[in-house]
Amino acid sequence: MRTVIRKWFWAWEMDKEEAWLAECAAKGLSLVAVDFCKYTFEETAPGAYQVRLEMLPESPRHPESRKYLEFLEETGAEYIGYVNRWVYVRRKSELGAFDLFSDLSSRAKHLGRILSLLRVLMIFNAGAGIYNLCIGIGFPSTVNIVCGCISLAVMGLLLYGYRKVDKVQKALKREQQVFE
Amino acid sequence: MQNNFQPALTEAVYYILLSLLHPLHGYGIMQNAEQLSGGRVRLAAGTLYGALNTLLEKRWISALPEEKDSRKKEYIITETGKTVLKAEISRLTSLAETGQRIMDMEQEDNEK
Repeated sequence: MRTVIRKWFWAWEMDKEEAWLAECAAKGLSLVAVDFCKYTFEETAPGAYQVRLEMLPESPRHPESRKYLEFLEETGAEYIGYVNRWVYVRRKSELGAFDLFSDLSSRAKHLGRILSLLRVLMIFNAGAGIYNLCIGIGFPSTVNIVCGCISLAVMGLLLYGYRKVDKVQKALKREQQVFE
Repeated sequence: MQNNFQPALTEAVYYILLSLLHPLHGYGIMQNAEQLSGGRVRLAAGTLYGALNTLLEKRWISALPEEKDSRKKEYIITETGKTVLKAEISRLTSLAETGQRIMDMEQEDNEK
């Protein structure tokens, strides 16, 4: 039987999302499909699968991404699906612990991809916010002022997420100076 | 002037090169590295994929022609890769010997 759960995670909440998926898997709900804010599970033995997610450098349909996903499948992982550039993969727990990154540099590099995305979104929202506020104040327009304020509020939220991810990446880089 | 400086290899790269003295595919490398290190080194697939691409670019390893019925790509170490691996083993040996010598001297001093 399939169960659909709708849930929202911010781009910087990857660990929280993985932890929630692990919690579901421990209850016997294994992820089989993903869509925007929509997770489809099927019932399996509790803890039968481990799920991981990764933000790829390119679209999952890009030939380089396809090659990477095929490689993951060669190592026993099953590709579940994607949302934007995020891919979801799972592997049977009986094959051992499942991780996508096992060293500090690849973890830091992955966080770098998330930071790049957040930077682009922040610049876009800052631009849209300032533009709308200028238009809204210049030619008095409540709609533009509201849109401008919303864009700047979103930018503030993205900045919060950016600083969280940046802090983790900096900590990993500091560790790298000693351990790799 | 030629620069002979070669930074230390990461543990992942070291075990990948050691594993590829015989042709292996991705999952084989992961299993072999874990076995060779007595279960201490576990290469994750994403890390391994990035490392394999870097090693291919450096020509320290090469991909073997794919067999018709197999989707799995196999890799093997190149002569350049073997030279790098030997240099790393020699660096590690020297590192361990120096460390042991200093620790032994320290212990002797403490016993006096």
